[in-house]
Amino acid sequence: MLTGDAQKFYGLLFGIGFSTLLITQQMTIFVNLVERGASGVYNAPEAEVWVMDPVSRTTDVSYAMPGTALDKVRAIPGVEWAVPHLRAVANVRTKDGDLEGVTVIGVDDATLIGLPKRMAVGDKSVFFAPDTVVIDDVGVDRLFSNGASPLGERLELNDQRAIIRGIADAIPSFTSQVTLYTRYSSALNFVPGTRNRLSFVLVGVAKGETPEAVAARIEQETGLKAETRAELAQAGVNFIIENTGIPINFGITVFLGFVVGVAIVGLTFSLFLRDNIKQFGALKAIGVTNSKIMQMVGVQAGLVGLVGYGIGVVGTIAFIRGFGSNPFFKGFYIPWQIPLISLAAVVIILALTGFIAIRSVLRTEPAAVFR
Amino acid sequence: MTQQTTPGCAPEAAICARGITRDFEAGQTTIRVLHGIDTDIRPGELTYVVGESGSGKTTLISIMCGILYPTEGEVRVFGTDIYKLTDTELVNFRLKNIGFIFQQYNLIPSIDAAANAAVPLIAQGVPIKEARERAKVLLDKLNIGNQADKLPRQLSGGQQQRVAIARALVHEPRLVVCDEPTAALDASSGRRVMDLLREVAVSPDRACIIVTHDNRIFDLADRIIVLEDGRITHDGTEMPDDH
Repeated sequence: MLTGDAQKFYGLLFGIGFSTLLITQQMTIFVNLVERGASGVYNAPEAEVWVMDPVSRTTDVSYAMPGTALDKVRAIPGVEWAVPHLRAVANVRTKDGDLEGVTVIGVDDATLIGLPKRMAVGDKSVFFAPDTVVIDDVGVDRLFSNGASPLGERLELNDQRAIIRGIADAIPSFTSQVTLYTRYSSALNFVPGTRNRLSFVLVGVAKGETPEAVAARIEQETGLKAETRAELAQAGVNFIIENTGIPINFGITVFLGFVVGVAIVGLTFSLFLRDNIKQFGALKAIGVTNSKIMQMVGVQAGLVGLVGYGIGVVGTIAFIRGFGSNPFFKGFYIPWQIPLISLAAVVIILALTGFIAIRSVLRTEPAAVFR
Repeated sequence: MTQQTTPGCAPEAAICARGITRDFEAGQTTIRVLHGIDTDIRPGELTYVVGESGSGKTTLISIMCGILYPTEGEVRVFGTDIYKLTDTELVNFRLKNIGFIFQQYNLIPSIDAAANAAVPLIAQGVPIKEARERAKVLLDKLNIGNQADKLPRQLSGGQQQRVAIARALVHEPRLVVCDEPTAALDASSGRRVMDLLREVAVSPDRACIIVTHDNRIFDLADRIIVLEDGRITHDGTEMPDDH
């Protein structure tokens, strides 16, 4: 019956599809966005334990430690290696005379631990050239939006000369701020001095040890805060959830998607059933039971729901892929739980609206067909 | 199910209605639409129930075919006291024993003519393929076998009416009930439909009741029951002169 009425059929498809798209797309953006709170951790894949001042909370909210912290950590049993890691903010004056706030990350001079896994352009040997900085791909988009190659470009970084010699393939930060990677010793020159400069000590654990055990030992013996990679990543995510309005904003949009779905689908469903009430009455008169009619409507609603849901999910995939080249959406993916949540929402929408709409059919007396 | 002869009912009666009254509530008021109707419908006859709008003919036929409970009275259809059946038994009874033809046809718009005609068989649990085949045989008999795969909206009014007739007869019911089958048709089409009904629906072991106020087809009836204000005022082979 439902597929026989093109207007209502497409109306229901639109309602379900739009709801699914809105719920799936917004939840996907939300999850990926809050995961950016952990990008600092993900961009330093070798580090198994991060050691920091006890007041530090995330990779972006940290309090510098004295340089002696590095030696303390290296002395802890179970620590295979420990390297310094500096994260600081600085200002860049671009060639065009614009001012741009940047994050400067200083990685270990000798091992370059703390860098993203891959370089998009160039290789890691460029770090050993003087005044080298490597920019992340978001930074290229921000500072060189005219399409010019950044390689070889000179920047005025906190009144110091810096030369871009490579592009890092990095996960953007939550704020998509430009990030410049350099060696730790160079970073100390680029960033204005305070007595303590060491943001983190990155640690690799010895064979046979677990990061949790080593982290606990470091905390106990140094008084510093030590977190495993997973713990610090989660702390970054939690910081964004707790300190921004993002969950509420996205939550409202997802809720509105659900409400719009209920409204469109409910209205269309009710109109469809009301328009076909004579047919349902005829079926009941002939001897079709209420449970068979409910099965009929259920199958049709299920079909519409499945197609609409498919359209919504495919729309979300198209959206994520379509915007994949935009650095803001770099690395975005759809966690498998989100389509399941959308599916549950679609089932609830259909069950709720179907239940309300079908009551009129179930209450219809077969004799109504003769009136 | 109880199958027995009711006192006052002819054993061969297809329908035996005794003391049928029906009240409807309209706010605080109770309106009595039928006032103690007693009548028998015999098999092998084309019986018309006629009357003005509001005379109670639709209510009477609804009660006689088991889709509206009477306020008082008893209805036996082929010996079964249908209002003593449970709801499920009554639904099954209708499904097996009664065929319906509605004024607006009420075909399901999204399925083709064969599937529409096969609805009672499918509801009885006959496999869809077999049900469609049986429906097609009947559509052939009604001269629209070549339209079996078309949707109702692709058929003319007369063709839709034939599909509705096929749906009413496909499961070989013992009682066929038609509501204003010619109301939406012109005179000649209406007569053709009635001829067709007589040909396919009337048989010695089947009763056929038609509710109508279409005086163009009164001459085709075997028997005419006239209702006025919920009472039978005439029961004969022809319309009374004053109508």
